[in-house]
Amino acid sequence: MTVTPSTDTRRAGRILYGAGVVLLCAWVLGPIYLLVVNTLSSPETVNTFPKPLIPEFDTGSLRFFLEFAGMLSALKNSVLVAGLTMILSILIGAPAGYALSRFDFRGKQAFRMLILLTRAFPLPLLALPLAVMFIRTGLDDTILGLALVHTTLAVPFSVLITYSLFSGIPLELEEAAWTLGCTRVSAFVRVVLPLILPGITASAIFAFVISWNEVFAAAVLTIENRTLTAFLLQNLDTSPLHLKFAGGFILVVPALIFIFAVRKYLFAMWGIANR
Amino acid sequence: MAEIQIRNVAKQFGSYTALRDINLTIADQEFMVLLGASGCGKTTLLRIIAGLETATTGEVWIGGRRVDHLPPRDRGIAMVFQNYAVFPHLTVFENIGFGLRMRRMAETELRQRVERVAELMHIEQLLKRYSGELSGGQRQRVAVARALAMEPDVILMDEPLSNLDALLRLEMRTELKGVLAESRTTAIYVTHDQVEAMSLADRISVMHQGRIVQAASPIEVYRNPATEFVGGFIGNPPMNFLPARPLGEGRWQVAGLVVDGPRLDKPLHFAIRPEDLRPAENGLQARVRVVEPLGAHVLVTCDVDGAMLRAVLDSDISLNPGDRLTLAPQPDRIRWFDPETTRAVH
Repeated sequence: MTVTPSTDTRRAGRILYGAGVVLLCAWVLGPIYLLVVNTLSSPETVNTFPKPLIPEFDTGSLRFFLEFAGMLSALKNSVLVAGLTMILSILIGAPAGYALSRFDFRGKQAFRMLILLTRAFPLPLLALPLAVMFIRTGLDDTILGLALVHTTLAVPFSVLITYSLFSGIPLELEEAAWTLGCTRVSAFVRVVLPLILPGITASAIFAFVISWNEVFAAAVLTIENRTLTAFLLQNLDTSPLHLKFAGGFILVVPALIFIFAVRKYLFAMWGIANR
Repeated sequence: MAEIQIRNVAKQFGSYTALRDINLTIADQEFMVLLGASGCGKTTLLRIIAGLETATTGEVWIGGRRVDHLPPRDRGIAMVFQNYAVFPHLTVFENIGFGLRMRRMAETELRQRVERVAELMHIEQLLKRYSGELSGGQRQRVAVARALAMEPDVILMDEPLSNLDALLRLEMRTELKGVLAESRTTAIYVTHDQVEAMSLADRISVMHQGRIVQAASPIEVYRNPATEFVGGFIGNPPMNFLPARPLGEGRWQVAGLVVDGPRLDKPLHFAIRPEDLRPAENGLQARVRVVEPLGAHVLVTCDVDGAMLRAVLDSDISLNPGDRLTLAPQPDRIRWFDPETTRAVH
């Protein structure tokens, strides 16, 4: 039996590809696995090595967190800020996405670049002037203030996601609605909105997650009304190892679930697939 | 009553001129086809009538009312799009009833109207389906039904059959003609397919480079093309053109043949349709280049004095490339064109 060089290279390529996939999965799943195992272990097991393959399902660390003073109010703040960010970024982002997709205007390309550029400035650079400005306007340490900052972080994504969603809807559908008696607004409400609603929801959830995960602005701009991330960052530093794991778990899991739910639309945003 | 008048309409896209000074009147209940190659401005003209595009200059009148400042919904039109534009989130029933709902028509009346139109287009069994569950031909039927349900003064169609396969297109063409004749609606139909245009139209407007070069009945456009472009664009295979030299007194030298023509004293183009040539004793001396059997006929491409000539002959003739052939033009079918203006000369 002879093996031609081409099948040989193809097999080598497949092995390399497989190895790459395994490596990338391990890179992402490894830490998550350790996080889950350690969260569900008793404090003693966390500090031992090697770990048991199956966790013990000791919920002691998690229960400790739920009873921890300030924890619930921080959770509430996080949800409020993220919810507000979600609403604001869709209200601002979706019309911008519609305009980019449907109209030709001077400076359209530059506008698209500028949207991305808002992410080019590192937040630490902006934090001090922002904090000063917020204190002057009384927005410091408020949920609205933080939501505004998070909205600026989330808007570029919501513009790009909705732009791609609107572009996926043929203009002819809107035109057909206009000839059938619709105004621009009623055509949007009756035809475009039902078609992009799932995508808008996904874009909203993504904005929610961006806000949920954000820690720097939250830590700088709030003192009393901390969000969960800022609260945990402040407290976990001095906590024992098993509590650090449990805290990380509480932060990571909701975000993971949300992102998983909307993965289809995030791919669409990057132009990998449109359906 | 919905007569359409287009007065001095022109359209610029930046520095590109899509339409130049269009003047056209379409009679009430007339079926007008806008025919032309892609990029000739026919779709732009249709969209200007629909109100989806604004003319740079000029006026559009529908049923004695100036409409060019009105949005599409106030023009009394309905449109069938090339890609059907059937709303994917609504059932066939809701698609057909969409425009009626916008008019807040009473539910029972709406239901009756939708069912009647669906029956007319033979889609009554599809009313509960979504467009994703329909074939291309069925979607097309829904799109036409949706337009008919509006009972518009004018129905506008933008290449509605171009996405269907050949057999279905033929079937839909016949059906469309019947349905529209019955609805007594004024219709404007855009196509690049000359066979479609010939078979559907009461009148054809042939467009070329943003102008209407001829607006006349299909037979008139076919028999008496206004310009060389029309003669070459309509008819398959297209009209033949040969240079002709004046001999004086209305006599013309065309290759080896002398024929009667207009009394002019400058070179013209002699034109003849391929099917108006017959093998004969006296005629144009031709050398056969290619022979293509078409079933009932045979298409012969030959060489006459260095120019190309196509003839559609009866298929019982036996020819081979290289053969010599004498072809006589039918005298009353000969047309003449001025090579400078490309316009017909009588």
